[in-house]
Amino acid sequence: MTSDNGYKSGSNLERVLRTGHFAVTTELGPPKSADPDVIREKAAILKGFADAANITDNQAAVVRMSSIGAGAITLQAGVEPVMQMTCRDRNRLAMQSDLLGAHALGLRNVLCLSGDHQVFGNHPQAKNVHDLDSLQLVQMVTDFREKGCFQCGEEVEGDSPRFFVGAAANPFATPLEWRPLRLGKKAKAGADFIQTQLVFDLPRFREFMKEVVDLGVHEQVYILAGVGPLKSPGMARYMRDKVPGLNVPNEFVERMTAAGSGIEDKPTRSAAWREAGIAICVELIQQMREIPGVAGVHIMAIEWEKAIPIITKQAGLLPRPSA
Amino acid sequence: MIIAEQKSLDEIKNLLGDGKRVLVVGCGTCVTVCFAGGEKEAGILATTLRMNTQLNGDPKAVTHLTVQRQCESEYLDTIQDQVSEADVVLSVGCGIGVQALAEKYSDALVVPGLNTSFMGQPLEQGVWAERCQACGSCVLGVTGGICPIARCSKQLLNGPCGGTDDGRCEIDADLECAWQLIYDKLKTQERMHLLMDITPPKDWSSSRDGGPRKIVRKDLRLPGQEMSNDER
Repeated sequence: MTSDNGYKSGSNLERVLRTGHFAVTTELGPPKSADPDVIREKAAILKGFADAANITDNQAAVVRMSSIGAGAITLQAGVEPVMQMTCRDRNRLAMQSDLLGAHALGLRNVLCLSGDHQVFGNHPQAKNVHDLDSLQLVQMVTDFREKGCFQCGEEVEGDSPRFFVGAAANPFATPLEWRPLRLGKKAKAGADFIQTQLVFDLPRFREFMKEVVDLGVHEQVYILAGVGPLKSPGMARYMRDKVPGLNVPNEFVERMTAAGSGIEDKPTRSAAWREAGIAICVELIQQMREIPGVAGVHIMAIEWEKAIPIITKQAGLLPRPSA
Repeated sequence: MIIAEQKSLDEIKNLLGDGKRVLVVGCGTCVTVCFAGGEKEAGILATTLRMNTQLNGDPKAVTHLTVQRQCESEYLDTIQDQVSEADVVLSVGCGIGVQALAEKYSDALVVPGLNTSFMGQPLEQGVWAERCQACGSCVLGVTGGICPIARCSKQLLNGPCGGTDDGRCEIDADLECAWQLIYDKLKTQERMHLLMDITPPKDWSSSRDGGPRKIVRKDLRLPGQEMSNDER
């Protein structure tokens, strides 16, 4: 799967994108424990249904198994990991030593993030770092590959890590007109691929992508649109009302509500909701495939890995290109 | 200026311990302006402590005074007698004032009555906000006069991040996103090229990360003043 295949990084995700396939990435959340079996079980569900799986890095500022540790186990289990790395918890020394270690363990993709602020998590008393920001992290990881040097300019003695470098974009955050330009800035910093925030508001996303294409940024970086299945009308409402910038249209909230109406039995109702959530997700993926500049999808099914085989099948994304 | 807030009465009493004679020392500079530790606040705190300890059956003799600038040793010369008569000195200056007092009167027990909060400015009556982190390498010239180090929750140099919601920071809906402000300002100034450039990693060695800081101005040193290690 991960091999020296003649590309920048040797990652499967890079190969899939460079050979012109519509890429599929997904998410594998590490456990709040040291249990490797949780990761193996999730990886077993995802294997063959995505080109790579993002391993989150203390997502939402809640301590979990490290993305590197969990990523190495994911790799052993036959799924290529995208190691997420935030600027919240590490300074440039720790970041670079972790990148060296991760590469030595066989990890080849890294997604560079600022990181959710620690006030949201389970250690709000923590000191945050933010020595670098996400753009500077992209630059640092790219310099390892392109220049063989550390952030300070010193040469790496011997093998320098060669990662396929990712970054995030939120098309829905203000100032809206700045978002395509900021994506361009991430491409300029050296990002190879972008994964976006969850998209429900397709009109706004189309507008964003049009500006990105007009700038020519889609030719510098692969853009994977973020999607995810809704589980319930409650989740849809929560995302619509409480999560900044997610813009879940009422139409989806109403569809989710209608899917369960009249069903008394809770498990049956829940299954009906989930079916509707998957249907919406599949429709979104199909529409995204038609948007110029979209090179793939990043399917986030948080703690619902079993949805991935269904979504990818229904969206006609199978079989995945074999390594 | 330096903005501070008074500690809770319980914490202050705990810091005073068994001391019977308490001297509250106010400061006439920043903490006067932010209503935390000036003459008026020092007086009110002294009265409160007298009454409270009296009511609780552990009466303390609390007096107070205010110096013009607690952070400078010369201004502390005149209070030697009062300090020596006190069991505990309760400074309601900023953290610098507390340390200057403790250094000047090394035999005295000096405790803080304030929490020094930040360097900032008053926004309106009773409202102050942080404006500077003293990073030692000012970026305001390229950020439209708005400091991302002090005012962005993540200290981004290439913001705004994806957490901006309608110009507000993701961590608090009442908090303006510094990078939205920077963006708006640079747009008005037609200096958007400053945002297009990638700002490289900051050299934090001039900030507290480089160790406690000290400035020696040779041009201001007086003839015959002993050279410190820094100057050699």
